[in-house]
Amino acid sequence: MTLHLRIWRQAHAQASGRFVSYTVKDLSPDMSFLEMLDVLNEELTKKGEAPVEFDSDCREGICGTCGFVIDGVAHGPRRGRTVCQLYLRDFRDGQSVTLEPFRAKAFPVIQDLVVDRSAFERIIAAGGYISVDTGSAPDANSILIPKEVAEGAFDAAACIGCGACVAACPNASASLFVSAKIAHLALLPQGQPERHRRVLKMVAQMDRENFGNCSNHGECEAVCPKNISIKQIALMRREYLTEIWKNFRAL
Amino acid sequence: MTFWPRSSVAKKFLNGLTGLGLVLFIIIHLAGNLLLLTGNPDDLNRYAHKLESLGPLLLFAQIGLALFFILHILSALTVYFDRLRARPARYAVSGDAGGASRKTISSETMLYTGLVLLVFVPWHVISLKFGPGMAQGYVTELDGVAVRDLYRLVVEYFQNPVHVILYVAVMLFLGFHLRHGFWSMIQSLGAYHPRLTPLWYTGGLLFAAAMAVGYLVIPIWIYMNGAKI
Repeated sequence: MTLHLRIWRQAHAQASGRFVSYTVKDLSPDMSFLEMLDVLNEELTKKGEAPVEFDSDCREGICGTCGFVIDGVAHGPRRGRTVCQLYLRDFRDGQSVTLEPFRAKAFPVIQDLVVDRSAFERIIAAGGYISVDTGSAPDANSILIPKEVAEGAFDAAACIGCGACVAACPNASASLFVSAKIAHLALLPQGQPERHRRVLKMVAQMDRENFGNCSNHGECEAVCPKNISIKQIALMRREYLTEIWKNFRAL
Repeated sequence: MTFWPRSSVAKKFLNGLTGLGLVLFIIIHLAGNLLLLTGNPDDLNRYAHKLESLGPLLLFAQIGLALFFILHILSALTVYFDRLRARPARYAVSGDAGGASRKTISSETMLYTGLVLLVFVPWHVISLKFGPGMAQGYVTELDGVAVRDLYRLVVEYFQNPVHVILYVAVMLFLGFHLRHGFWSMIQSLGAYHPRLTPLWYTGGLLFAAAMAVGYLVIPIWIYMNGAKI
């Protein structure tokens, strides 16, 4: 099969980018979308042109490294998967497809389809951790956690931090990512010591990173490769407001 | 802690809380307005007179309502300006993910439908509440007491087809605003429930339709039946 691609090319962060059209032929419908880009890049390299830069690592949909926007939708047309788990059988022969990087002030373009997501790292550094005693690892089952609680925490912990929520949000809000991290630690006993500080610090860092605010469009949940629900955003709000209320009463 | 919340979560909470107050108001306001359709002018005038006789209590409610209205707008504007800052470069192709998304034409036009209401509300209050009163001859007698004939004012007001058309149009905008606003306000307050949130989302559509139809029926009804009244 053949695909007509319109890809955002940008040489470096300060350069002004533009769309460049490419046609890739002799593709198999069983190829992944990234394998198709690999084929394109080999052709470009043979011709002496710069290959299209894009991020990828595990190509199993679990690491959160890959991700760009296909025809206006982060990670492309299939729900609940990363772009590396997208296959050409989901496209028509001869289809025209536009590829753009995740667009947000907090995610500056590094090159082509690669963006800098270190804002997420700084949010995690602000509070997305737990305290543990040094020494040997504790016994795996020494803390009992009810099944429903473990499941609830895992629903949030499934977040791989790919940034598609920010890319898809009409406001470029990071609320789904931040709330997933807050929820997963707030639900587990290990997350309790920093629970109160965590939500205030992570929300403050999110706001400092120039992400937008959440308008409850729910577009983030729709593109999330791990189907993280916006119920986590509601949980983050409850955690946050509870802390504000406690601080207010302590005055 | 300053008066104006700086965090994104607090701003949305304020927006949701003031939205809730305004939702409660439009329900009560519609219930009161439906007295226009009873066929007896005394019903609306008695209700209006009772409200007016609340005195300081009414003033307190009015100031509170105005404050909610202003805070709702200001908090919504900050969300809009955050958005402009957060995505300076826009996508060349805009797409909808579908699936679990609740992005609709309503959710994407909240600012614009809200601005329509912002222009409408002062016009509405000035022309009716602060419109011609007893001094201008709008007087009727209720149980031997002379009170303002608000009923006649409203009926006369909606004999003008321009007023009817504008009111109907604005109420459609109100419906669009509520379609996203109703469930979004609950989500902004931090309330999410796996079974109730889908109900609120669907209920939001019904609520928006009920409010829009409930309000726009009144001017149309009065215009069609005005001559008989």
